[in-house]
Amino acid sequence: MSDLLRLATAGSVDDGKSTLVGRLLYDTKSVLADQIDAVTRASVDRGLDTPDLSLLVDGLRAEREQGITIDVAYRYFATPKRTFVLADTPGHVQYTRNTVSGASTAQLVILLVDARKGVIAQTRRHAAVLALLGVPKLVLAVNKIDLVENPEEVFTSISAEFNELTSSLGWASEDVVEIPVSALHGDNVAIRSDKTPYYTGPTLIEHLESIPVDAEPHRVGLRFPVQYVIRPRTAEFLDYRGYAGQVAAGSVVPGDDVVILPSGTRTSVVRIDTADGELDVAHAGRSVTLILADDVDVSRGDTIASPSDAPEPIGEFDATVCWLAEKPLRPGARLLLKHGTRTTQAIVGSLVERFNEQDLTTDQSPDTLELNEIGKISIRVAEPIVADDYAVNRHTGSFLLIDPAGGNTLAAGLVGDVISAVELGERV
Amino acid sequence: MTVDLTPSRPQLDGTQFDTLDALESEAIHIFREVAGEFERPVILFSGGKDSTVLLHLAIKAFWPAPLPFTLLHVDTGHNLQEVLDFRDHVVAKYNLRLHVASVEEYIADGRLTERPDGIRNPLQTVPLLDAISENRFDAVFGGARRDEERARAKERIFSLRNAFGQWDPKKQRPELWNLYNGRHSPGEQVRVFPLSNFTELDIWRYIARDNVELASIYYSHQRPVYQRDGMWMTPGVWGGPTEGEELQTLSVRYRTVGDGSTTGAVLSDAADNEAILAEVAASRLTERGATRGDDRVSEAAMEDRKREGYF
Repeated sequence: MSDLLRLATAGSVDDGKSTLVGRLLYDTKSVLADQIDAVTRASVDRGLDTPDLSLLVDGLRAEREQGITIDVAYRYFATPKRTFVLADTPGHVQYTRNTVSGASTAQLVILLVDARKGVIAQTRRHAAVLALLGVPKLVLAVNKIDLVENPEEVFTSISAEFNELTSSLGWASEDVVEIPVSALHGDNVAIRSDKTPYYTGPTLIEHLESIPVDAEPHRVGLRFPVQYVIRPRTAEFLDYRGYAGQVAAGSVVPGDDVVILPSGTRTSVVRIDTADGELDVAHAGRSVTLILADDVDVSRGDTIASPSDAPEPIGEFDATVCWLAEKPLRPGARLLLKHGTRTTQAIVGSLVERFNEQDLTTDQSPDTLELNEIGKISIRVAEPIVADDYAVNRHTGSFLLIDPAGGNTLAAGLVGDVISAVELGERV
Repeated sequence: MTVDLTPSRPQLDGTQFDTLDALESEAIHIFREVAGEFERPVILFSGGKDSTVLLHLAIKAFWPAPLPFTLLHVDTGHNLQEVLDFRDHVVAKYNLRLHVASVEEYIADGRLTERPDGIRNPLQTVPLLDAISENRFDAVFGGARRDEERARAKERIFSLRNAFGQWDPKKQRPELWNLYNGRHSPGEQVRVFPLSNFTELDIWRYIARDNVELASIYYSHQRPVYQRDGMWMTPGVWGGPTEGEELQTLSVRYRTVGDGSTTGAVLSDAADNEAILAEVAASRLTERGATRGDDRVSEAAMEDRKREGYF
């Protein structure tokens, strides 16, 4: 049975991103016959002799008029080995917001460049944002490789430049792969090309099928944010009391000692329940119900954690935020903060610095953070949160800032000083 | 290319975590978030396969406690009887509470007018919104999937709607990590789609793996049908064969459930989950240069577009 890989794309339409995504869908036979028929007809109408695969994914005209092409679209494809959920992020407008959204759940990101242009300013900006977000694996698809004079030289030099960039941002060389492709003709996407004898690595699909999925580089002990308390109060389950949630980090085994945070109460796990039966172990990502040994006070918003490395509940902390709202962020803003299963009131203290992802510099004490800007701020929360540094764990170090008035999501938040880590090349 | 069609039973040692496990855990997480953050959630349940899987996952999310949500069906009056029977069977089996909003009643008392073409899908919106506001439902679960068509690819798992049920693309919130933001103003509702990341093949694999009971019309059976617009239609209150359309009894199954007036069956001998999985997988693998058999698959896929107009 296949497993699931969540990935994202970053790059611009001009570099052939829609064609690459269309090619992935087409070559893995993940497109229904009628969709292919429609694309073929539309391509013939435009005087093309082969189907224009970008039509499989490009928004409809009505959509473009509504201005929602500046938004993440989700695509699905599968091979016998693996199922893929692809967050397709537009490259141009509001790229920070989109890249952050798409990359937040991605285990791997495909960055796309045009072989004729190589690594451009936008590639550097995207890579910096992906480093902040802690994306474990990168693929650089060097597209339109068939259009350059000396493909081998071009590919070698683009690869070298990209490796230098990614290692300065903190990726280990084994986590970054460059592949020369032609999305238009399908070279090295699903089918090995005979036009690139200088390249001996895997095709894009082979690589996506084979990278380890559970590549969480930083290991922490159990983190289990309680979502819901299950109390049937039925005759059959009169005294049943289970704590439902999804394991956010680490794993849990019956018999494990645990600590309830923020209260600090100690107890142990008696049983891991699911509707299908009891489990011997639950790893990160699995939704389960924990039965505890003692009758302790636990409710939604609490975290059940391993005592050996339990995080200290924090009421005041520094964080990196990507600002996603039209209305700028100013010091003193009163907002809501959602971390794990806890939503609490928050006050923004100072804006410490603004990050320029273009040249990896910072401006100290900006007056505001504007739409799509990234910065370090200080925050105070009404109820303490149980967080790890985002640099240690993506699931327990992330939060949202929410507008208490309309409920809109204003920012993506990362606990800790992620910016400095990226500047020093210590991330990912 | 071959597709692995062996449904794997859940491995209860906890070490296996395949695609279906991941999708299941994600959906269960979404159900529990809504239960924790909303006052009055409701599940749209039509008796179709997607809403049946949706309900199956919801029940799993809160086991062994009773489901903390009610169900809502907007009945167009043009449903196949087998599907209504199945709907009532499931409600009784799990001891659930079902609200039915009836398009027929709205037409009978003049609140809605029958369309000249007799199609009732577009008429569902008013009874749905009335039921939502009368019952003050603040979260509405639907079984829609993002792979269904291009236009749905940008839908969020939590989709904010105004008091008129309208989706304003510019008001959709960025969705980050697995932190779902369900905050909304009074009168606004949130539509929630726990099956967003399932594909049609995932749904059938999951049905096979978990042995989810479905309405009988999804499996091959003998049925009197007539051909219209390339689809095999069942006669009913919505109409029957007209001149030149011949009623014949054939071996068919339905790929989607909708109104009898607009939803057709496909010719099929697939009588169990494994056979249907093979058929669904084959339809994905259809090469261009379609043969007649492929035409049929293509039509069936077109039919997916004629789905209930809930969303």
